[in-house]
Amino acid sequence: MSTETLDKPAKKESEPLLSKRRKNLVSDPLNDDNPITIQVLGICSALAVTTQMKPTMVMSIAVIFVIVFSNLSISAMRKLIPGRVRIIVQLAVIATLVTLVNEVLKAFAFDMYKELSVFVGLIITNCIIMGRLEAFASGNKPYDSILDGLGSGLGYAWVILAVAFFRELFGSGAIFGFKVFEAIGFSADGWVGMDYQANGIMVTPVGAFFVLGIIIWVQRNKTGYVEN
Amino acid sequence: MRQSNYYVILFSVILTIVLGGLLAATSEGLAPIQKKSVELDTKKQILGAVMILDGSEDVIALYDKVIQSEVVDYEGNLVEKDAEGKQIVAEDVEIERQFKKTPKERLYPVFKYLGKDGGSEIQSFILPVYGNGLWDNIWGFIALDPTGELIQGAVLAHAGETPGLGARITENEVQNRYKGKKLYNDQDELVSVKMLKGENNPESKLDEHHIDGMSGATITGNGVNDMLKNYFEYYKSYFKKQSATATL
Repeated sequence: MSTETLDKPAKKESEPLLSKRRKNLVSDPLNDDNPITIQVLGICSALAVTTQMKPTMVMSIAVIFVIVFSNLSISAMRKLIPGRVRIIVQLAVIATLVTLVNEVLKAFAFDMYKELSVFVGLIITNCIIMGRLEAFASGNKPYDSILDGLGSGLGYAWVILAVAFFRELFGSGAIFGFKVFEAIGFSADGWVGMDYQANGIMVTPVGAFFVLGIIIWVQRNKTGYVEN
Repeated sequence: MRQSNYYVILFSVILTIVLGGLLAATSEGLAPIQKKSVELDTKKQILGAVMILDGSEDVIALYDKVIQSEVVDYEGNLVEKDAEGKQIVAEDVEIERQFKKTPKERLYPVFKYLGKDGGSEIQSFILPVYGNGLWDNIWGFIALDPTGELIQGAVLAHAGETPGLGARITENEVQNRYKGKKLYNDQDELVSVKMLKGENNPESKLDEHHIDGMSGATITGNGVNDMLKNYFEYYKSYFKKQSATATL
C-alpha cells in the first residue's frame, strides 16, 4: 500500500478550516477515489450486509464512526507509535472502537444488534479502515485525518446503500421494509392483478456481485478510471 | 528511542491498559441497560409467540398480566427449588446454559398464556427452544394449543445467521408458516414440523408437518428442524402429565 502523505503547506498562516485541499479529502473518496468502486476494498461486507436498507444504514453509520475515530486516534498518536508494532496498534484501536459500537447497539438498539452483530464485529477486518490508517492517518494531522475518514466512510456508505437499495427493491420488493411494488399495484387486487415475484438471486450474495459490478462499471465509465 | 524494545513494550502496555480500561468501563456502564434490553426482548419474544405486538404496549406489564410460568424437568415434574433450596423463576432460567447440559439434567420452563385479558384458563403453552444454526446458536418460543399438539405461533431468533438468508427466521412471514401445523401424525408419533429445502415449494409438498423453506438458508432451516424436534421430544412427558391430570 502506498503512502500518500500530503505535503505540508509551506506558508505559515493557518489553512482555512475548509480549504480546497480539505474539501477534496472528503469528496475524493466519494467518487474519483471511492474505496469500493475504485480501490475495490471492503467488498466482503458490501456483499454481505446489503440485503436490506435498514441494516445497511446502521452498518454505514458504524463504519463511518469507526473510521473517523480510529483515524483521529491513530493520527493523534502518530508521533508516539513505534513503527514495528504499528499494525497491531491500529488493530487494537479499531477493535476497541468496534467493540464499543457493538456494546452500544446491544444496549440501545437491541433489534439491530441481533441482526448485525456478526458484521459489526467484522468491521475490524474491513480493509478500508486499516488502509486509511496506514496510508493517511499515520502521516497526517488529526483534523485532516478526520476529514479523510469521513470521506472514505461516506464513500463506502453510499455504495453499499446503493447496492442495498437495488437488492431490497428487487429481492424483497421493498425499500426500508416498505412494500414498494405492492403500493404501486403489484398485488392480487391491484391493477397488475398479481403479486410481485421477488427475485431470489438478489437476496443471495451473488445478486450483490451483479449490482456491485454494474455500479463499478457505470462509475468507472463516468470517471474514466482505468486499472493499469 | 521510538524503536527501542523498552519503548515498544512500554507503549504496548500503556495502550493495552488504556483500551482495556475503556472497554471494561463501557461494558460495566452499559451492563444494566443491556440486561434490561435482553429481558425486554425475551418477554417480547414469549408474547410474540401468541400475539402480535405493535410496539406501543407496555411489554412488562402485559407480560405480568397474561403469562404464568413454571419450570419442569425432563420427566415433566414440577421443579420449584434448586439444589440450594432457592426458588426457581422460569424467566430467570437461562436456556443457553441449560442447553449445555444433557437433556435429562436440564430445566424446562413453561410459559402459560392466559388469554389477552389474563383469565384463569390456559389458552396456550409457550415453550422455549434452543439449538444450533449455521454460524451460531438459534432459539425461539413455540406456542402450542392446550393439548400440546398444534402449533399456534412461533418466534425464532438467532445469534449470527446470515442477514437476508438464515436470519430470515426472525421474520413474521417465515414464522407464520408454522401456524396451525401439527406435531403428531395419525399414529400418535411425534413427527414434528419440518422446513423444506428451497422456497416456493409446490402445494403438494406442504402438509400439516411440512412448511416452505427459506432459499439460500437450508442449513439454518435444518437447524430449526432439529431444534423443534428435540424440544418437542423433551416436553413430551410434560404434556402427557398435563392431559392425564386434565382427564382425572
